[in-house]
Order: sequence, then C-alpha cells, then structure tokens
Amino acid sequence: MDRERIIIVKNLVKKFGDFTANDNLNFEVYKGEIFGFLGANGAGKTTAMKILCGLSKPTSGEVDIAGFDIYRDTDKIRHIIGYMSQRFSLYEDLTVYENIRFFAGIYGIRGKEFRAKAEKLIAKLNMEDVAKTLVASIPLGWKQKLAFSIAMFHEPPIVFLDEPTSGVDPRTRRQFWEMIYQAAESGVTVFITTHYMDEAEYCDRVSIMDQGRIAALDTPKMLKENAGAKNMNDVFLKLVRPQKAEL
Amino acid sequence: MKQFLGFFRKELIHIIRDVRSLLILLLIPFLMMLIFGYAINMDLKNAGIAVMDLSGDDMTHEITDKLLSSGYFELQDVITDPGRAEELFKAGKVKEILVFEQDFARKFHSEGIAKVQILTDASDPNNANMLVNYTNGIIANYLLQQQVSQFLPLQVQSSFRYNENLESVYMFVPGLIALLVMLISTMMTSISITREKESGTMEAILVSPLKPWQIVLGKVAPYAFIALSNLAVILLMGTFVFGVPYRGSIALLLGLCVLFILMALSLGILISTISSNQLMAMMISMVGLLLPTILLSGYIFPIDNMPVWLQTISSAFPARYFITALKAVMLKGLRFMYIWKEILVIFGMMMFFLIVSIKKFKIRLD
Amino acid sequence: MLPMIFMMPIIQLLILGNAATFEMKNIRMEILDQDLSPASRELSSRFMNSPFFEVSNTAENLNDCEQALDKGAADCYLVLPEGFERDLVNMQGTEIQLVLNAINASSASLINAYCNAIAADYVKSISGGTGQKISQIESTYSYWFNPEMNYPSFMVPGILVLLVTLIGLFLSSMNIVREKEIGTIEQINITPVKKYQFIAGKLIPFWIIAQVELAIGLLIAWLLYRIPIEGSLLLLFGFTAIYLVAVLSLGLLVSTINKTQQQAMFVSWFFMMLFIILSGLFTPVDSMPAWAQSINLVNPIKYFIEFIRMVLLKGSGFEATKHLFIIMSSFAAVLLPLAMWMYKKTE
Repeated sequence: MDRERIIIVKNLVKKFGDFTANDNLNFEVYKGEIFGFLGANGAGKTTAMKILCGLSKPTSGEVDIAGFDIYRDTDKIRHIIGYMSQRFSLYEDLTVYENIRFFAGIYGIRGKEFRAKAEKLIAKLNMEDVAKTLVASIPLGWKQKLAFSIAMFHEPPIVFLDEPTSGVDPRTRRQFWEMIYQAAESGVTVFITTHYMDEAEYCDRVSIMDQGRIAALDTPKMLKENAGAKNMNDVFLKLVRPQKAEL
Repeated sequence: MKQFLGFFRKELIHIIRDVRSLLILLLIPFLMMLIFGYAINMDLKNAGIAVMDLSGDDMTHEITDKLLSSGYFELQDVITDPGRAEELFKAGKVKEILVFEQDFARKFHSEGIAKVQILTDASDPNNANMLVNYTNGIIANYLLQQQVSQFLPLQVQSSFRYNENLESVYMFVPGLIALLVMLISTMMTSISITREKESGTMEAILVSPLKPWQIVLGKVAPYAFIALSNLAVILLMGTFVFGVPYRGSIALLLGLCVLFILMALSLGILISTISSNQLMAMMISMVGLLLPTILLSGYIFPIDNMPVWLQTISSAFPARYFITALKAVMLKGLRFMYIWKEILVIFGMMMFFLIVSIKKFKIRLD
Repeated sequence: MLPMIFMMPIIQLLILGNAATFEMKNIRMEILDQDLSPASRELSSRFMNSPFFEVSNTAENLNDCEQALDKGAADCYLVLPEGFERDLVNMQGTEIQLVLNAINASSASLINAYCNAIAADYVKSISGGTGQKISQIESTYSYWFNPEMNYPSFMVPGILVLLVTLIGLFLSSMNIVREKEIGTIEQINITPVKKYQFIAGKLIPFWIIAQVELAIGLLIAWLLYRIPIEGSLLLLFGFTAIYLVAVLSLGLLVSTINKTQQQAMFVSWFFMMLFIILSGLFTPVDSMPAWAQSINLVNPIKYFIEFIRMVLLKGSGFEATKHLFIIMSSFAAVLLPLAMWMYKKTE
C-alpha cells in the first residue's frame, strides 16, 4: 500500500529522570486512517501523544507532522491539530454555547462564520435545548460528544483523542465511534489512545504499547492472525508481559 | 487581540457565575475598611482595673475617680488582700491593679512624697506599657492641678506632622491597600491558572495556536480589574468616610498602585507555575503571604523596631516598599523624586517574577 | 504537600516571632540646636544617651529637618531655639519645638511621651539646686508574668495559634470540595461508608497534623523565644483538641456547602481575615466597640488566643479557663453535627 504518510516518528525517546516512558518509538500514520494506541495505564500512550501534540518535549528522536518538525514548527502544527483529553477539557461553569464560542475564538473563528458553524453543530448534536445550559449539568455522554465536536470545530486535518471514551457506557461509546468514523471518512486522520480492547478492533491499525515500547503494530486482523488469537484481548495478553497485563 | 478578548470574556463569565466568590471579593474591602476604621484601636479603652486602697482618703478617691472617668479604665474589683492579685490576673478580666499606700494623703502633704504601686499583667507587654503610661499621665495631670501655681520653665511644643489629629486610620489605609491588593491579586491569578491545570482545560488551550503571553494576559486581566475596584473602594472610603487626605499627585498615586497590582499579579503567575494544584497554590499565596505581609511590611508594626536581621528579611517583601512609597505620596504629598527608589524595586521585583514565570511556564507540560 | 504543610508555618514562626513589637527603639531624631549653649548641649546629650533615640545633628536649618522627615530619614526633629539657656536660667520659660511624623499615630504619641519625660527629667535635675520643694507622687511598677517585657512571649503563642488555624481551616475547607471537583467523591458515595464515618475520617488526619504542628511550634517557642510554659500542657492540648474539632468542622462545613475549591477558599479566607483581625492578636480586644465585640462572641480564634496566653504566660488553671472550655465545646458541639448533616443533605 502506498499511502500518504502524515505522521512520521523516528527513534522517539522520552525520559522522566531515570524512568523511560517512551523507549525508541518508530512508527508512521497514514492520512485518513484511524490509528490506535492500545496499552495499559502507564504504558506510555499518553506520553507519546502529548509529544505529538506539542504538550511535551521529547528527550530525543524526530517527529514530523504533516511535513512540520515538532521542534521548529510548533506554531504551524498547532493550527492543524485538534485535541481532546480524557477529561474532556470543557468549562463546567460555562454553557454549551459559551464553550463552543471560547474554543472557536482561540482558533480565530468568530463573527458570522462562527455563528453559522455553531448553529449547524448544535443542530447536529441535537443540543438546541441545552445550548444555554451549564456544561456541569448535562450528561457525560453529551459532554463527550461536545468535547469531540469542539476539538474538530476548526476542521483540523489531524485529531488526537486521549482515552476519549473512558468512563462512558457502551452504548454511548458506540455512538461516539460513529462520530469518529464520520470524521475519518471525510479525510481526517484520527490518532486515538485507549485501553478498551474492543475499541482496538474499530481502528484501521493498532500499535500495542508495553512498558514504553511498541510490542506490535498492524491491522487488527493481522495482529490476530499473527498471534493466533480470536480477539484483541487474547492478542494483548500474549504480547504483553504477564505482570503488566492487569487492566 | 481578538483572541485575547475572547479569553477575557470567558474569564469574566467564570467570575460572574461564581457569585459567592465575587461578593466576597467585592465586599471584603468595605468590611476591612469598616473594621480598621471603627473597630481596631491602638488606644486603650475600658481596660479592666482593680484598686487596693490602703489609705482610703480624699486624695486616693480623687485619683481613682480621675482614672475611671477618663474612659480608659473600667473598675472590675476592689480588693483588700494583696494575695488576690495573682488570681485576678489569671482570670484575665483585670489588667492592672493600683495599690495606694497607707496614709497616702498625709504622707503627700507632710513628707512630700506618696507612693502608689502599679501592678500590670505584662503577659501583653504592649498593653502593660500603655496602661502604665496612661495611668502615669493621669496622675501627673492630677498633680498639675494640685499645683497650679507651680511654674514650668521648659515646655515641649509638639506638632504632629502629616496627621495632626493622630488618627490611626491614616496608617491603615496604605497598609490595607497593600494587604488586600497583594492577597487578592496573587490568590486569584494563581488559583485561576492552577484550576485550569487541574480540570484539564489548560491542555486544550496549550495545544491551540495561542501564545503563552496571550494565555497569561487573558487570565490575569480580569483580576486586575477586580484589584482596581478594590483599590477604588479603599481610596474613596478612606477620603469620604474617614477623611484621609490625598496630598500628593493623584496620577502618581494611581500609577504606583497599578504598578503594585501588576507586581502582585506577576507573583500570582509565578506561584501558579510552581503549583500543581489549587490547594498548593492557595497554601503558598494565602498561608505563605498573609502573615509576612501583615507583619513584615510596616503595616501594623514599624520595621525600625525589628532586629536588623529581620529588617533584612523584610526587604524581600514588596509590600514594604509599596507602603513606604504610598505613605510618601498620599500623606506626605511628595513627588516622584522622593519615591523613585521604591518604584524601581517594585518594578524590578515584577520583572523578576515575570521572567522566572516565562521561563517556567510550561507551554509544553512536562 | 506534606513538607509544605509543616515547613511553612515553622519557618514563619521562626522569622515572625520577632516582628511584632511596638516597643520603640532606634527612634531617629534630628536635633537642630540653634542655641549651642552648655544647657542646650546638655539636653541634646540626654536624648543621645537615651536608649530609645538615635540622634543626628546634621541638619543646619529647619528646611533640612523637614527634608529628613519627608524622606523618612528621621522620625521626628527637635528644635532648641536661640536663647534657650538664657531663658531657662532666667526662669522666663522657654519652648522647644518637637515635630513628629504622625502617620503612625500610636508610635507618634509614644515618642512624644518619651520626649516629654526626658525634658521633664532635665528640668527636675536643673531645678534640684534651686531648693524648691515640690510634693511628688511616686509610682512604682511591676510587670507581672513578664518582668523583662519580652515581646515574643506575647506574640509567639498568638502567631502559633494563627498558623495552626490557617493550616487546619484551609486543608479541611478545600478537602471535600476538591473531591467533588475531581469526581472521586462519587466513588466514595457508592461504598457503604456512613456519612459520619466519612466526616470523621476526614477530620482525624487534619486533627493529628494540627496537634503535631502545635507541639513543634511550642517546642520552638520554648527553645528559641524562651516562652514560659507556666501552665499545664495537658490542659493546653486538651483545649486544642476541642478547638480543632470546632475549626475543622467549620472547614468541612465550608467544604460541603461550596461547589468549587475556589469558592471554598474565598469563603474560608473571608472568615479568616475577619477572625484574625478581631482576634486580639495585634490590638487589644477590650478597646473594640460593642459591635466588634459581638462578632467576637463567635470568633474561635479570639478564644484560643486568650486561652493560650493565659495558660502559657500566666499559668492559669482549669478553674480560670473553665468558661473558655464551655464556649469552645459548644462551638464543637454545634459545628460537627452541622457539618455531618449538611454533608448528608448535599447527596
């Protein structure tokens, strides 16, 4: 397959004192795919993602995002990425509408353009009734969708989702994945970390992280074939060293 | 600039939504001014005394009456047994016991000297000193009336510069401005920044194209307004309610206050960069700053009275320079020439806090 | 966090114990002697030899004196006029002029009193030779409990109370609301932990921290500031135990009725400022007007400061402090159940 590479990571190392969080990572992400980082807590998923987003500086190694170097072109990268953290990054004491307005504003979307887009978004989310409600009082699932939509509001070609589904019930999770598929279909590259095995199945390609290293990287189908496993859970248990397997 | 305005608006919404905090922030200057203007009194009033009058003549009665009618003292007990003194002091109501010797009036007239013993509860030395001074003053006055004919060859003509009527509020206004501005500004900024760190929204802002200085400015600006409104309350109440004069240039006064506010906001930013959560930010900005700002700034206790090493330590606290400069401009009516040193120090501190903050401010959250 | 909770109050106690003194030393005085006679020099030297004054003679005219006052180089200046000695000897009477920086009104009146006393002494010494006999009332003083007038003995226990209260109140008032904000409180609420167990579980660690802090503080006060410990330590820690229940319950109460840490912090800050300033730590409570004293009826800090001073400095026993025990126990008895009840209501 000869597809356009949008993220290229070479020899990425991140150390916190003596602890090595990312030990020589090498991988590439293709344009328009859903790329998953699967691993236990502390496996180094979030650390790697933070480096890609420019929230953390690597100890050594090279990272290229859409042709921009993360050391030099930080400012340019910021314009082309969206980010959603596991804590949703919403202001609880602001209304739904005010949250959208604030985050749109920091990406420079305002005035007529903003109003048109915001109206469309609120309609799409079916949140007309709660637009003026404080985020604190809407259900978790709605917050999640809202956070994702806000991360996508400035139409970034790449979006980073850091465990976006933790603590959400299975039905809401499925709805959420539909939004991710929609985004991917429109050409957005989705980089997602998760510790849910079933979610890994939804990704185009999955990298399994263990103790700061990439233990395996392939499509879910190939991963299962290579490991001779029925599902991702078995793949994971086989690849990851026993003492680290508890989830 | 537009990004900044969006940020500013969001921050204002945070402040307005939290009505309780806002009320406290706006009310506290009023309340403090009222307390300092009306309740806090360095003078003696209604101090409990006991009298042990072994003589019981006209003279001792007159002196006792003089003391009690002065308003400074309040008679709590009359005792005859000196052994009760300790018990009275320990119970806490009585702060001073006067013991008139036997045959007081007779000795005064015939021997030319009569003795009164003043026992004070010096567990509060400030108060004990004051009690003794006031009592002596009243006795001396009494003596003077007894001997109107006596000629005093040397008179001390005292004039009280800058504060003719010896109003204690003159000292409190500058101190209160320093205390409130310092605490509110550092507290608000450090809390509001660490709050975003704790809730995770900081990450979302940091991945955006906003520059660090835009983030910081957007967060800090609304609190600068709150600090300014507090300043206005204190200054206006100071002059209209308590009659504190503003003798110097108003422009210089406001400029000085704005500089101090900016310094305090910078300190708040610095605290937020070294604190990982709100609790820590609060501990540093409240517990760490409250007492030193009250005690080491010359607010209540004159710095000159402190040991030299402590004076050195106090020079690390910006409030000290601010209070000195503020008194000079406000009460002495001095010009810039006289306070440029203090202004320079405050400015230097502000730059120091800002530079360290920018160095530490984690645009990349390591 | 824990090191900070301990280090910050201790460092402050070490430093601030010496800060709070009204005792006037090193009063900077400029003397402008326009007479330059033996008598004026004699009076000048009396000021110079006084332990209270630091005299300077650099001013050449009134303008210099005013400048010194403006610049803050002098706290006051004294002018001995021309003809001072002549008028004094002739018994015509002479006036010396004292000008003080009165921004700090209480310092100024104290300085004024010192100057008058020195002048009066001087007059007495020169009129002693004239044979004039004036009847005197001689007053002798004795300063009980603190004969050396050691200022830290008075201030340090109060500062200690304040630090322990600050730490206890802020830790407890931020605690539950913090869990609410982070979301961990939901996890606790689904466990079978009873509400009162929950509140007790929150209270006890802070209670221990605060007691330990008080003990360390007392040790420092005793070693470094030579604070007398006249009364019973058992009594002190017993009172502290009740006091802390009251203060920590107040903190937890603040924590349950507020939605965010920021709110909880401002509410407890508000109470702290009010309570501290009216507590009598810096200024005597007796001098306050009735309305302020009625606020003080519910001011736990005021009662504790009163108590710690009585017990440490005067050795007051249980009999003398019984009323404080009763008041503090009723605070605790109201606040603790209230905190538990309000916590229940929030769920």
